[in-house]
Amino acid sequence: MSSVDPDVASPDAPAAPPRTNGALVFAEPWESRAFGVALALHDARVVDFEAFRARLIEGIGSWEASRSPADGGYRYYERWLTALERTVLAERILDPDDLDVAREAIGREWDHDHDHGHPR
Amino acid sequence: MSHEHHHHHDHDELALRAAALEAVLVEKGLLSTDQIDAIVERYERDLGPQNGARVVARAWVDPAYRDRLRSDGAAAIRELGYGGFEGDTMVVVENTPAVHNVVVCTLCSCYPWPVLGLPPTWYKSPAYRARVVAEPRAVLREFGVVLPPEVEIRVWDSTSEVRYLVLPERPSGTDGMSEEELAGLVTRDSMIGTGLAASPA
Repeated sequence: MSSVDPDVASPDAPAAPPRTNGALVFAEPWESRAFGVALALHDARVVDFEAFRARLIEGIGSWEASRSPADGGYRYYERWLTALERTVLAERILDPDDLDVAREAIGREWDHDHDHGHPR
Repeated sequence: MSHEHHHHHDHDELALRAAALEAVLVEKGLLSTDQIDAIVERYERDLGPQNGARVVARAWVDPAYRDRLRSDGAAAIRELGYGGFEGDTMVVVENTPAVHNVVVCTLCSCYPWPVLGLPPTWYKSPAYRARVVAEPRAVLREFGVVLPPEVEIRVWDSTSEVRYLVLPERPSGTDGMSEEELAGLVTRDSMIGTGLAASPA
């Protein structure tokens, strides 16, 4: 059985100071974007959050079914992003080709920034 | 530079997918960047365990409020101005000398956002979600919560319909403290059940 990593769990963490969430909420900026997009789609009534949650649960379940708990490598927001992509594609809100085109364009932009030594 | 690129390839791939998804949704006019910014800012800044701590402190000093919290958690929490998404149905489970409550979401990551903000990483981990159900006493011990064997542990599995907030026991030696001072003793983990309220310094 893998343990609940006590360093991550930080059982001694004090109450968060006002106006912060205390613990690390988003480990990387893209996680906060993926989170915000899902909620914004719900607010805008483009995607029902329960439909998204059902795909999230399904994705987490199949990830766990295919690995042993000791494997590690579980990334919650990777499951979140994947569920979000599946939802907008399955509900035909976006065209998969448009996503591919955007990935290529943004990837080229980022590579270009790298070549010039700009931090991302 | 290309070395750097390959080194961070996995991370880049996810960041790229997230950026592309957002860009296309914005381009199609389905969302605006401002909307997304506002949501992220709200969850990073305004929602967090400081809200739940005020609910707990009020319940400690006001028995009538505690009763309302027991009978309709969401309504009593709304009295203090907290509510909204993911907090419509709130059940407050009360710790006593005989019963200790702990909360999990076995299927994903359901959590009472209006009063606790977004969950910590360990709450979402496969290890916590599986083990706290199978061996709660051992998991609590890893969090530093060692309960006498006669204390019953109740594990509450959150669902998309119901969210749980643990009402921790008021620590001893706090008789003269104000509600605000008491709120300062209420930790996030004490409201999930993986901790206890802090003792006064």
